[in-house]
Amino acid sequence: MKIGVLALQGAVAEHIRSIEAAGGEGVAVKRVEELDALDGLIIPGGESTTIGKLMRKYGFIEAVRDFSKQGKPIFGTCAGLIVLAERIEGQEDAHLQLMDMTVARNAFGRQRESFETDLPVKGIDEPVRAVFIRAPLIKEVAPSVDVLSTYNGEIVTARQGHLLASSYHPELTDDYRLHAYFLDMAKEAAAAKA
Amino acid sequence: METGTSRVKRGMAEMQKGGVIMDVMNAEQAKIAEAAGATAVMALERVPSDIRAAGGVARMADPTVLEEVMKVVSIPVMAKARIGHYVEARVLEALGADYIDESEVLTPADEVFHISKRDFTVPFVCGAKDLGEALRRIQEGAAMLRTKGEPGTGNIVEAVRHMRLITGQIRKVQNLSKDELYHEAKNLGVPYDLLLDVHQTGKLPVVNFAAGGVATPSDAALMMHLGADGVFVGSGIFKSEYPERFARAIVEATTHYTDYKLIAEVSKNLGTPMKGIEISKLAPSERMQDRGF
Repeated sequence: MKIGVLALQGAVAEHIRSIEAAGGEGVAVKRVEELDALDGLIIPGGESTTIGKLMRKYGFIEAVRDFSKQGKPIFGTCAGLIVLAERIEGQEDAHLQLMDMTVARNAFGRQRESFETDLPVKGIDEPVRAVFIRAPLIKEVAPSVDVLSTYNGEIVTARQGHLLASSYHPELTDDYRLHAYFLDMAKEAAAAKA
Repeated sequence: METGTSRVKRGMAEMQKGGVIMDVMNAEQAKIAEAAGATAVMALERVPSDIRAAGGVARMADPTVLEEVMKVVSIPVMAKARIGHYVEARVLEALGADYIDESEVLTPADEVFHISKRDFTVPFVCGAKDLGEALRRIQEGAAMLRTKGEPGTGNIVEAVRHMRLITGQIRKVQNLSKDELYHEAKNLGVPYDLLLDVHQTGKLPVVNFAAGGVATPSDAALMMHLGADGVFVGSGIFKSEYPERFARAIVEATTHYTDYKLIAEVSKNLGTPMKGIEISKLAPSERMQDRGF
């Protein structure tokens, strides 16, 4: 499975390393034409305002929506989760508006409140080490969105069909199970198409 | 649940990669920087070129500058403390700064000791002009590095020198044998374990940005070519003729640093960049890069 990591800004190399460790092929994506060859796309952590602006500037909003329409899976972590969301609390504009959920940015506070913890995730046997950095939260989801984990009662991992989102950074650890989970989604999507 | 871990501090810097961090002096400039696509802002009372012009002792900014900036932007806000001045750093941490720059741009408060940065929950970025300085700062707890360059000059030559030196030294360390590494650790004045890590991985264990002289989109792209993970722009934006245009252009050139047509496009009609300073015209006492060790 060839998985692209959107490389406009943010932690790109870490996702490529994790995808490869999980048995996939990871490539950095800087141009919309590069989406065609992919089986799945990761939108990494970074600054969502910067990533959103650069996506608009280079035609990625429409291109990634088309990519999603083809049923190809997309995984957003932290800023990537914000970029995927239908609604962003306190903002008029959202970015891709693909996942039917409302997210809150910087929901835990400032950097000094950033933390890591062990987090149980539905579909993964043992808890994952979750690194939350100025992390967002999912405040509301539509019934079609499956909640995969919560932290203190708030949603931090969710899946809606071929779309996956986490508030935290699995790519900053040596635990590749969430990337393996996403690779399985890509394999299912490819099989369904064939 | 653990806060302030090395992973959380270094991870925060990883999220800045490929981005541009801009110096701002007030809320209005912070909004311009955020709108242009900055990944973070550095809240200051004066940009480095003004600090140079003003002379005297440069200190931590008035806390109201930091507070005003934090109020108007949603991106991370950084602030500078003097080298060794751990009380300024504690004050900035208490105010909620997202990252502290223990910076040679301000007048050093301690000529022997840098801040013991591991003791803080907030992460630190520090300047380095060679591999020895870089690893000493990491040993003290810095979670991010930047070249020192020569701040406030608008002259990229020193940032280039420092980036090339650090990457060249890393290549040399990679090729040393184990027994030579002990000697090199002593030469550089760094812990053996950190040097061994560089020997094995061929890179620094934290993110390393370019800083100190970036004034144009091409300057930013050049530093990305030389291996920078991202770019700090100090005086280069708000001392240029059209800050908004410069800010946007530098953001795009940093993202697409190998796309020369795009850099040409964004470099058009930017107006006058900040006025620069020839490095040889600086008196030894005016060289900020020689502060810290």
